[in-house]
Amino acid sequence: MRALVHHAAYEFGSGLRNRAMLLLLYLFPLGFFLIAGGLMIGLNPGFREVVIPAMVVFALMAGCLLGLPDPIVAAREAGIFRSFKIHGVPATNILLLPGAAIIAHLTLVAAIITVVAPLLFDAPLPANFGAYLGVFLAAAAAHAGLGLLIAVVSASTRATVLWSQLVFLPSVMLGGLMVPSEMIPDTFAVFARLLPATHAMNAMRGLAYGEATAFSSVGSLLVLLAGAALGVALAVWLFQWDRRAEGRRVSPAWGILVLVPYALGALLL
Amino acid sequence: MDPPAIAVEAFRKSYGDVDAVAGIDFTVAEGEIFGLLGPNGAGKTTTLECLEGIRYPTAGTLRVRGIDPSREPARLRDAIGVQLQTSGLPETMQVEEAMRFFCAYHGVKPRLDLLERLGLQAKLRAEYGTLSTGQQRRLALALALAHDPPVVFLDEPTAGLDVGTRAELHTLVAELRERGVALILATHDMAEAEKLADRVAILLSGRIVASGTPKALTAAAVDLTRVSVRSERETLAGHDGALPGVQRHARKDGYDVYFSDAVGATVMAVLDALEEAGDPLVDLRVERPSLEERFLELTTQGGVA
Repeated sequence: MRALVHHAAYEFGSGLRNRAMLLLLYLFPLGFFLIAGGLMIGLNPGFREVVIPAMVVFALMAGCLLGLPDPIVAAREAGIFRSFKIHGVPATNILLLPGAAIIAHLTLVAAIITVVAPLLFDAPLPANFGAYLGVFLAAAAAHAGLGLLIAVVSASTRATVLWSQLVFLPSVMLGGLMVPSEMIPDTFAVFARLLPATHAMNAMRGLAYGEATAFSSVGSLLVLLAGAALGVALAVWLFQWDRRAEGRRVSPAWGILVLVPYALGALLL
Repeated sequence: MDPPAIAVEAFRKSYGDVDAVAGIDFTVAEGEIFGLLGPNGAGKTTTLECLEGIRYPTAGTLRVRGIDPSREPARLRDAIGVQLQTSGLPETMQVEEAMRFFCAYHGVKPRLDLLERLGLQAKLRAEYGTLSTGQQRRLALALALAHDPPVVFLDEPTAGLDVGTRAELHTLVAELRERGVALILATHDMAEAEKLADRVAILLSGRIVASGTPKALTAAAVDLTRVSVRSERETLAGHDGALPGVQRHARKDGYDVYFSDAVGATVMAVLDALEEAGDPLVDLRVERPSLEERFLELTTQGGVA
């Protein structure tokens, strides 16, 4: 237990000490919130209604997809996990604690956005705070699971950037953050439902704000929960201690299975 | 007879078609320091990594205090202390934090005294990425020893260390031996191995080409003993190989150097020659081949002892 506490404290602290992490966890999403919030509401006053969920989901994407995988891949490449293994640090802690620490940071960021948005942009608060928190945690876990999976399947830090952007950019464009899901053309709408951001926005709007949604918001919450569980499980299963790790070798291609809940969501919801 | 702390039997490790280690055997007793020597790529680090449970052997048997490293990793963790050749820690991890972090995983109290002893007391709040190479290696050493493991693996432990820290490490190693710790020292530093190790094995292309005590190894050297002489008028230059027992002669730094297989006869002849010439002796040295020379002899000629 003492080890777990030390490890968790270290992971949380490194989010503040590491400049790149500080940027991706705090400065980037909060800066984007201030600039894009003001700009988008100026262009489209209706954006005010979704600025809180949109910016919270954006923060989750920045932290979990751009911030979480890279340090894990860099640590594996630098042989840091070999030191951890020798001292008996379990693989699950190596993956889950950075994920949990990032979620803790992002909870602070979400709280800042939730408090500041009504003051700055006259944005409406969630109608159901319990549901808001629940959907936030499910969306955070789903994105963190995806981030961890990207970390374990990436062969290098370069590949990590590509995988992360492969999810991040479409999520910004199609996830319902900037453009409401209802306005996205049907062809893209199916693809959009493969993204956790789409389900996070749908569940936020339906469950936390009580809005009518294009598809089931409860279904989206279930997709997020299943995606989180599968992402984390696959990441633990595919984890390698270093580049030349031996023993059980599983193809990283199995990581594609993480899409199953999202594909089912796209087909059934 | 007590079972060995470390037992390696018919150990082979292959990467594809290449044998990194091609079937080696050795044992290390409790309280024994065993030097694993060899050039780069000889298989030293591979052997250590398999004993540490980081990699798995292709064939053979490895035991560390009776533990199979590849099958019982959880039991192995508290039994071994490891200083890796590349001792990676996260850049942002602070020195004291690292000590507390890993000690917590071993279930022991943090050993801040070790950090002080290794000259890191002023760096407790420093992040790993800001430490010099020597400081990083000292931290890795402190972490390897913090949980008082009965078996210790040190991979190039003094690389990048200054003279003072190197001496402190040698003292630490001597103390570990006194406490009955079995220690494998993989190193390029022959003088260090000669000084610290009770026994050494020289690895070449994945095979042990020589093993034994450093003294026995150097005694088995085919290299000749060196008799280096310096006189005021340097009258010995003309004798070259004409002295008894002398196989080769060279001039180096003002010395006449005789490579002899009969040292006593050579020294007597040298002194007689100087007396005859009325040339006062300034300096005379007799040097046995060092472990380094024996190592070079084996690694360059492929000799087997």
